[in-house]
Amino acid sequence: MSTVKRVLKKVWMFLFQFRYFFMKLGISILTLCAVVLLSFILIVNMPGTVIDSFAMQLSIQRRISMEQAMILAKQMLNYDPDASLISRFGVYIQQLLQGNLGISIKNNAKSVNLILKELLPRTLFVSSISLTISFFLGTFLGSRTTWKRNSIGSKLLDGYIVTSNAIPDYIIALILITVFAFRLGIFPNQGAYDAMILPGFTLPFILSLFFYATLPIMAYVFSQLSFWSMQMQGSALGVLGEDYINAAKARGLPKRIIVRKYLKRNAMLPLVTQLAISFGVMFGGAPLMESIFNYPGIGLAFSQAIVERDYYVVQGILLFVSVIVIGVNLIADTIYSIVDPRIRRSA
Amino acid sequence: MNDTSAVKYNFIANLLEKIRKFFKNVVRVFFGNRRSAFGTSVIIFFIVLGVFGPFVFPYSTDISMLDQLLPPSWSHPFGTDLWGRDVFRQIVAGTSDVLAIAFLAAIFSVVLALILGMFSGIVGGVFDKFIMFLTNVFLTIPSLPVFLILAALFTVDNAVSFAIILSIFSWAGMCRSIRAQIISLKERDFIQICKVMKMSKGHIIFKELLPNVGSYILINFIIVMKNAITGSVGLMLLGVASFEPTNWGAILTSAKNNGALINPNSYMWLFAPILCIAIFQLGVIVLSKGLDDTLNPRLRVM
Repeated sequence: MSTVKRVLKKVWMFLFQFRYFFMKLGISILTLCAVVLLSFILIVNMPGTVIDSFAMQLSIQRRISMEQAMILAKQMLNYDPDASLISRFGVYIQQLLQGNLGISIKNNAKSVNLILKELLPRTLFVSSISLTISFFLGTFLGSRTTWKRNSIGSKLLDGYIVTSNAIPDYIIALILITVFAFRLGIFPNQGAYDAMILPGFTLPFILSLFFYATLPIMAYVFSQLSFWSMQMQGSALGVLGEDYINAAKARGLPKRIIVRKYLKRNAMLPLVTQLAISFGVMFGGAPLMESIFNYPGIGLAFSQAIVERDYYVVQGILLFVSVIVIGVNLIADTIYSIVDPRIRRSA
Repeated sequence: MNDTSAVKYNFIANLLEKIRKFFKNVVRVFFGNRRSAFGTSVIIFFIVLGVFGPFVFPYSTDISMLDQLLPPSWSHPFGTDLWGRDVFRQIVAGTSDVLAIAFLAAIFSVVLALILGMFSGIVGGVFDKFIMFLTNVFLTIPSLPVFLILAALFTVDNAVSFAIILSIFSWAGMCRSIRAQIISLKERDFIQICKVMKMSKGHIIFKELLPNVGSYILINFIIVMKNAITGSVGLMLLGVASFEPTNWGAILTSAKNNGALINPNSYMWLFAPILCIAIFQLGVIVLSKGLDDTLNPRLRVM
């Protein structure tokens, strides 16, 4: 008895170390449930005419009668308006657990999984590059300008931050595409790569990928840079008052070393969680940005699906993107709690 | 007889004095430094433009193909659009719409954030946990896709429904910070003293706690206004929200969809709404910074 108790206590003590992680995991799962519920509501509210038009499309394509097509459509979509709400939800969850996000009802019954597989890499490509550039450049500028409060560079940065806050990112995108694609003709105005080049792991293809992604990346970086430098300034201002900075100054260390090793490293710590949040923000902003640049990523597919009322694609992309964002948030929180033990203990 | 009139006079004098003080305070807060003075002037300018502008510069939807895409001139300060209509007058006519969406969205989200944040800070317990979970959900789910879905599910055609959709996602962050502030205020000495003195809950909430989060709310009200304009124009650009054709976002959308990106003659049509959005946003941001300087004592000391 006592040994069992002791083992249980040990297990408990072991798990107790990770209570912060488990708490976050629980919240993430609950958030995921909320998203699933939202997308289910979307599907339930789908008007019946959508199914009719899908069946019509099927009957023309497959040369079958309308009745057969109707049955086939309902089968393909797992759509059964006569069943009770609970059993429909059960079927919906079952499909999700099997990894089936549904099929497009406008685009030749293409499965949402396939759409995601094709388009997600492009969105990830653009957003990860722009996030990396803006994060490192922003933290660099932020820490530099905090160290020299009244320099010209700091004033310039302040002006830039205010301006880029005032202009929404999609307007930057509009201006960039007008100037660089249509007026000067330097960059392409649509597409993800040159159609003349055969896709593959070759240098010309990779270069054309970068070339076509330049304008979207520029637009993202322009709007994100101000956010990161602002966050960094705020964070660095707090670090600047710490004793170890004064101690480093007193030890006569060169400014370069203090900024790089003491100021920047400590101030960057809280920004790690922000990184995940802004990843989510970028995914959220993708529909607008990609539809302005006609960049065939997941955002463009989403906004087209919304306009065409392609309910299953909307629902599938929303679910998938939410899973990514929630997962990234969870990972960031966990990393942050490992890097900064104070967070873990306060939970 | 004499006494009552004296009392009455006193009462009116007191009232006048109070009103005078109130306005003095308003002027001190909104024109206290250069930044807030600039921001307030910009906002007042747009409000005046929205309220009186349509009477001074009436806008007619008549199409005249002779005036297609005219360059800026004295009679058409921002040129004309593809159908020969004056862009400046369209913008003037749309100002009140834009402002209405922004103000309504700010009011809805601030009220929601304030009520939920204060409740969850004061009550605590399970309710607090639930509200914090809700805010977590709203902060994690990417907002624009959900905006899109909501806009597709419900027909968005007036300022109120637009404002409701926009405020659904802007209350969560504010709610969290109000709750955090309330919790830290609750432990401060002056609230403890109020409790010891057995003052009523209403007094503590409305006279002690609320004024202390007031400055935060004011600044956030302005920031939510800015975000509402950004969000509403974005929704219009994607074509999910049908709205007054004179709304700045609608002008921008129709310019974009009618080849203004390619045709250099119609650049003014495209950039006029962009300019207005940028100036308004700039005013709002500068005002929020100015207010931060005036109202936030921590910064004032530094």
